[in-house]
Amino acid sequence: MLEIYDQQIAFYLPYTNIPVNWTIASTWIVMVVLMLVSWLATRHLKTGDKVSHWQTAMEVLIKGIYGQINEVTKSNPMTYLPFIGTLFIFIMTCNILTVIPIFKTPTASFSTTSALAFLVLLGIPFFGIKNAGLKNYLKKYLTPSPAMLPFNIFSELASTGAMAVRLFGNVLSGVIIGAICFMLVPIILPLPMQVLGLFTGMIQAYIFAILALMYISSVSAQEEAPVAGVEKKVPDDQEKNM
Amino acid sequence: MDLVAILGSVSIFTAGLCLAIGGFAVALGEGYAVACGLTALAQQPDEAGSISRTMFISLAIVETSGIYCFVVAMILLFANPFWQYAISAVAQ
Repeated sequence: MLEIYDQQIAFYLPYTNIPVNWTIASTWIVMVVLMLVSWLATRHLKTGDKVSHWQTAMEVLIKGIYGQINEVTKSNPMTYLPFIGTLFIFIMTCNILTVIPIFKTPTASFSTTSALAFLVLLGIPFFGIKNAGLKNYLKKYLTPSPAMLPFNIFSELASTGAMAVRLFGNVLSGVIIGAICFMLVPIILPLPMQVLGLFTGMIQAYIFAILALMYISSVSAQEEAPVAGVEKKVPDDQEKNM
Repeated sequence: MDLVAILGSVSIFTAGLCLAIGGFAVALGEGYAVACGLTALAQQPDEAGSISRTMFISLAIVETSGIYCFVVAMILLFANPFWQYAISAVAQ
């Protein structure tokens, strides 16, 4: 019953003998859906009173992500918006498409979620160095003392690994519960479970994006804090001296 | 009992125990977290966005151990790494 999509071959690439498993095939389906929708939505962009419904929906979505990032990081959201928004929209689409019964959602495969978490793991040094510089970023691993170096490194690996397992486990549990209910009573009973799965999927997409954002932005935010503290200390000393 | 029967029954029992303890503890912890979040929400309705966002994040972090239990139970039930070994040992 445990469906391991990595081992189920969807089709072979034409003219070659390379197998394509269901994880990759359904990821391609999601990519095609996303590209079609974004092409439709951004076809006739314009300003003014009369805009298309597609553009309004897209603006609501992007504005929502923008506002959330702004609230969490308190800095320019455009730094993080492309990465975080892509993660959120991709996972959200995958989790919404679970309501289609024959669709094998890519987020129920550990390969997809670990790949996404690996992207976040790469994003931590990328955004950290971009925001705080290489020296400040590396110094972060030596705080509060150099003895904490292995723990700091392990905590980053563990927290991103936990993100992968969390998304995978949540989506997989929804899929399995749906399958069990479908086996027992195939008429009405799977419906509330699928609605619950939709809700869980949306929450998980939100959680994944917010946690990725916090891990990515924490490096730069905590780097700025000691600098601000040093700057604040100087006037205090001057006041005491005076 | 041969090796396959012992391995099968122990795997099923352990999977059930794993889900029972993990689900119980995580449900208790999440219920407590939600209760505290709702209390804070009732006291400070203006901070609703911030409180609910923090609450959802901490719920997800608390839930991780429950998800670990679920994944371990699923591995024990459907992808047991010792299953092939037991079958080959019995066949010999």
